[in-house]
Amino acid sequence: MITTIISWLAVILLLIASSSLLLSRDWHWDIGFLAVQYVGVFWLVAQHWPFGMAAAKLVTGWMATAALGMTLSNIPFRNEVAEKFWPQGRVFRLFMIGMVTVLTASATPRIENSVPGIGLPVVAGAIILIGTGLLHLATDSNLERVIIGLLTVMAGFEIIYAALEGSILVAALLSVINLGLGLVGAYLLISSEPEEESA
Amino acid sequence: MSAPLLWIFVPIVIGALTFLMARARTVTIIGGVTSLLLAGIAFIIPIDEALLIGPVSLKIGSSTFLLGRSLVLNSSSAPFLVIIYGMGVLWFFGAEAAGVAHRLVPFGLIITGLLVASIAVQPFLFAGLLIEMAVLVSIPMIVPSNQTPRRGVVRFLIYQTLGMPFILFAGWLLAGVEASPGDLALTIQSTAMLGLGFAFLMAVFPLYNWIPQLMEESSPFIVGFLLWLLPTIASIYGMGFLDRYAWLRTSPELLTGLRITGLLMVVTGGLWAAFQRHTGRLMAYTAIAETGFNLIALGLDPAKSADVTFLLIPARGLSIVIWALSLSILRSEESDRPLSFTSIQGLARTYPFASAGLILATLSTAGFPLLAGFPPRLALWEGLGQQSLGSAIWFLIGILGLLIGAVRMLAVLSMNKEETVWSTKETWAQRGMLGVGLIGLFVLGLFPQVLRPVLEKLPLMFQHLGH
Repeated sequence: MITTIISWLAVILLLIASSSLLLSRDWHWDIGFLAVQYVGVFWLVAQHWPFGMAAAKLVTGWMATAALGMTLSNIPFRNEVAEKFWPQGRVFRLFMIGMVTVLTASATPRIENSVPGIGLPVVAGAIILIGTGLLHLATDSNLERVIIGLLTVMAGFEIIYAALEGSILVAALLSVINLGLGLVGAYLLISSEPEEESA
Repeated sequence: MSAPLLWIFVPIVIGALTFLMARARTVTIIGGVTSLLLAGIAFIIPIDEALLIGPVSLKIGSSTFLLGRSLVLNSSSAPFLVIIYGMGVLWFFGAEAAGVAHRLVPFGLIITGLLVASIAVQPFLFAGLLIEMAVLVSIPMIVPSNQTPRRGVVRFLIYQTLGMPFILFAGWLLAGVEASPGDLALTIQSTAMLGLGFAFLMAVFPLYNWIPQLMEESSPFIVGFLLWLLPTIASIYGMGFLDRYAWLRTSPELLTGLRITGLLMVVTGGLWAAFQRHTGRLMAYTAIAETGFNLIALGLDPAKSADVTFLLIPARGLSIVIWALSLSILRSEESDRPLSFTSIQGLARTYPFASAGLILATLSTAGFPLLAGFPPRLALWEGLGQQSLGSAIWFLIGILGLLIGAVRMLAVLSMNKEETVWSTKETWAQRGMLGVGLIGLFVLGLFPQVLRPVLEKLPLMFQHLGH
């Protein structure tokens, strides 16, 4: 019973962290929210994987976050390019988060029915992250947000896949991919730094 | 010694070591020789059979265990290794001539090793993870550290990363379909997931917009390497699904879907190629049409599909490597020439080898007689004609688009003042590489049977396809 309550708390944590990631425009906060997001991922993954394997996911997630954070902290000035498409803005993103929440509420019981034993919080957490991650990718073309979007989609996928596949090889490869995404993001951010600013 | 150790870990380790080398020529030689040796060993030494050399008995085992799962490369995988590492020889030796040895050879060896691992991993569903790792490794190869990443590379990363979860989910759902074959809803869900995964992975219409963008943004030789290797491995991975699941293989809807999607790619690729005014983008649309040919081959009668798909691989590889090398020569670092038609006008008189390479590679892709692309296109067209006459006509329209693109490029390259003197600005290495490649295009076109010893054994990788 307590585990279920904590799992639902983790889902709420994921909803808050991923929504804040979508709404925030300050990278300092983004890095913090991403790190918090991995705590929720860890708890939901631990429902199906041994503690050690789930902890590895938390650590690699934090390492990817740290790689992004360290890179961003070393870039002196980043001029965020305003998106050209419409609709956009904080109200629009808030509306889309609402849509993801409604989608999660309606789809979770159906998915849980088709894959019995997976657990409602696990499905809900995964859908929230996949949904908000896809929103990142669809509404933002800034490099750091694209990488955060990909990491969020991957985190959502990993929550649900952990319930289906318990192989150590898969866990290791997914960890490598997470870390790789963080490092590739850091590399691309360094490459995108304008020369006159880096001098 | 085990086969996975030799054909997966050795290239990865050598690739990592070549990061430490300063001279481009040394890096090129190491990459080319490694690839040549690996292809040669795969061709000569049988896997899982003891080979007696004097008093020494040598045996290459077929499997290695990694974190509780196995990597298996048995004797039926040997022709595939010959093709992959054999083509790798051309790419790695060509890297110096294209001026990208320091980027292509180290990353290229690692990517090749990872993609071979994706074919070797058991259960094969996990291949998606290794393909994603190869994609991540390819990013620093595409974008050098002093170049701002643009839209093409970001889309490439997004699309390839999104493909992996779909394929892994599909793999899990397919196991459920196998257990309860009558469950129609599950069958539809798993097929849709699989289709989406492969649509992202193989850059299927309309998810291919990153290819022309990437071609404009990055080195054509490096993008060409990825456009050759990734779809080739993805096709073989896709064939693994068809081989493993009988209901997929025998589903007329799926095969029709594959043919229609392939035709859509051939027609759109061909039509876009016909109207391009940028040689890089023209190559991109040609590569898109090539992926379309692959999909059409997979959608043919299962008894034929494997043979035709494998027939496409060497011609595709050779055409793309010649294309990419020619473009790299025309866009040399010192001239920093853009690849638009206005910039390359009349270059046939100063870059005859690169110009011939561009034109013949496009003609080969369009299935022009006497060139490498002709025999597989003919087999494909015949197979398609047996399925539906309308499809064969659409196929012809796509081919015509590619031919128009080639003829327009020929006109632009040869458009020059009468008094311009013929000369060759290519280096000896560039002439040598292009010369070998062009001869190869004709040899494969005139005598397609030269690759028969390798190609006829390739379907043995599968239990049900091509038998």
